[in-house]
Amino acid sequence: MAAGQVIYTLWLREMKWLIRAKSRLVASVVQPFLWLAIIGVGMSSTVQIPGSSISYLQFMAPGIVGMTLIFSSTMAGVSVLWDKQFGFMKEILVAPVSRTQIMLGKAIGGMTTSILQGLLLLVAAAAVGVRPPSVLALLQVLVFMVLISLTFVSIGLAFASRMEDPVAFPIVMNFLIMPLYFLSGALYQVQLAPGWLSFLAHLDPLMYGVDGIRGAILGSSYAQYPIWLDFAVIGVFSVAMILLGGYLFKKIKA
Amino acid sequence: METRYAIQAHGLTKKFGNLTAVNRVNLEIEDGEIFGLLGPNGAGKTTLIHMLSTILPSTKGVARVAGSDVHKDPDGVRKAIGIVFQEPSLDNRLTGRENLDFHGRMYGLAKCQREERIKKVLEIVGLKDRADVLVQNYSGGMKRRLEMARGLMHRPKILFLDEPTLGLDPQTRRVIWDHIRVLNEVEKVTIILTTHYIEEADYLCGRVAIIDHGKIVALDKPDALKNRLKGDVVSIKISNPEKYLGIFRKSKLVKGAKIVDGTLHLQVSSGEQAIPKLIDIANKRGGQVHTVSLSRPTLEDVFIHYTGRAIREEAASNQSRMRRIATAHGMR
Repeated sequence: MAAGQVIYTLWLREMKWLIRAKSRLVASVVQPFLWLAIIGVGMSSTVQIPGSSISYLQFMAPGIVGMTLIFSSTMAGVSVLWDKQFGFMKEILVAPVSRTQIMLGKAIGGMTTSILQGLLLLVAAAAVGVRPPSVLALLQVLVFMVLISLTFVSIGLAFASRMEDPVAFPIVMNFLIMPLYFLSGALYQVQLAPGWLSFLAHLDPLMYGVDGIRGAILGSSYAQYPIWLDFAVIGVFSVAMILLGGYLFKKIKA
Repeated sequence: METRYAIQAHGLTKKFGNLTAVNRVNLEIEDGEIFGLLGPNGAGKTTLIHMLSTILPSTKGVARVAGSDVHKDPDGVRKAIGIVFQEPSLDNRLTGRENLDFHGRMYGLAKCQREERIKKVLEIVGLKDRADVLVQNYSGGMKRRLEMARGLMHRPKILFLDEPTLGLDPQTRRVIWDHIRVLNEVEKVTIILTTHYIEEADYLCGRVAIIDHGKIVALDKPDALKNRLKGDVVSIKISNPEKYLGIFRKSKLVKGAKIVDGTLHLQVSSGEQAIPKLIDIANKRGGQVHTVSLSRPTLEDVFIHYTGRAIREEAASNQSRMRRIATAHGMR
């Protein structure tokens, strides 16, 4: 009960910021939308997905949803660094609440923001003709969105608990996110990539997330793995990452 | 249940690497006091209250705060204390009311309790009219007052104020002092503040501990500390002061004499009565007294007496820089 109130309090604070900075939410989906509307449409006239009837745009759209999620989720950790910067973290840490509750509050706040961005992207994708065929498929997409978000929010918080500088944070995180995004198969078919690339891609949690969303929207024949396998792998990743984040958060310093 | 002591600390020590920031401090503070920790920057005041408020673990020693042990029951301590940090710690993007509401929720207050407390604490610090303004539009003094109000939200038994008026202009400082007194009376909360402003400790505190190099070197009521210096200082401007230095030293009235910038400084027990007699002595020896002034010892004199130096920022700046480096290393 008390834990719930703490988590809700931290979440509520993030939501107040979000509502007061709506432009931030909208601006954050402009870039992925450009990927869809320009790169997606442009590439569709040049590239064909071998042995299938879907366009490159359709193939890529689930990847761009994944991209939106990985970037916005990881960057959610920056709120911890601003709290440190402005001294507010001291106010949070001196309260009689556990660090785990604080971490969960921050995580759920970050996930809400990033899933909202993912949903905006889903709407944008629908506008260019890529949409889940059924309610069940939409629910599957949402489950994968939550798991991707949970995994990368936790990674972001784990890093943020150890860092100080809110300006350096996005730069450092980009080192991690860019390779994970490129390896995820968001933009190409992993099964057709050379062995070494395919191997690296299989270490990337986002690959399973993107594959799951792709399977749900385009049908299982366009996914590399069955949906339950994608679900299981990214599920394990997300649990592992939130445990890691929670562990590192216990040692956080204001 | 009543705890007679707000704070009981014994042998409290904090080391950062080789540097001992707080050195075997013993401290007893009673319920309801306004207690001051007076010392230059880097003396260990902040480290001491960070240990008492469970923010920093101590290297050695024990402390009970509001009846709870800081090591064994940190959450018990946290519930019983409020703290206003030296550095700002408000969320500028929320309103004053929202900052207070956040605090109330984090401390588990129900909705009706929060509303009642917010109203009350805003009244105490005089911020009722500005409650719904974003904190980024507050002045420095208003932010300070809001932080004090926030510290009171959960009805703490003890409120720690770390340099409550640092960086504020003199008028604002006065206002804050008056608010501190009011909240001590109205909320019956024990107040422990650190300061390096002599006047602040003198004006506000029932008892003052002078802390230097991590040690408490003197602890008493401000007046008692001043009385320990045994009396007043009569400053006499006189031609050829060296000659009269020896003469006055022989007098029974004078407990100590020295020349500071060509002026004779004589320590006597009660200045008003001593002045005519001292002038008499000088006149008899053919001395020409130009001016006489009387000064009572200030807390600053007490500070100089116990630490051997004035409480100036630059005197400590080197040391505090060292401490900051040591802190940084200790935290890695």
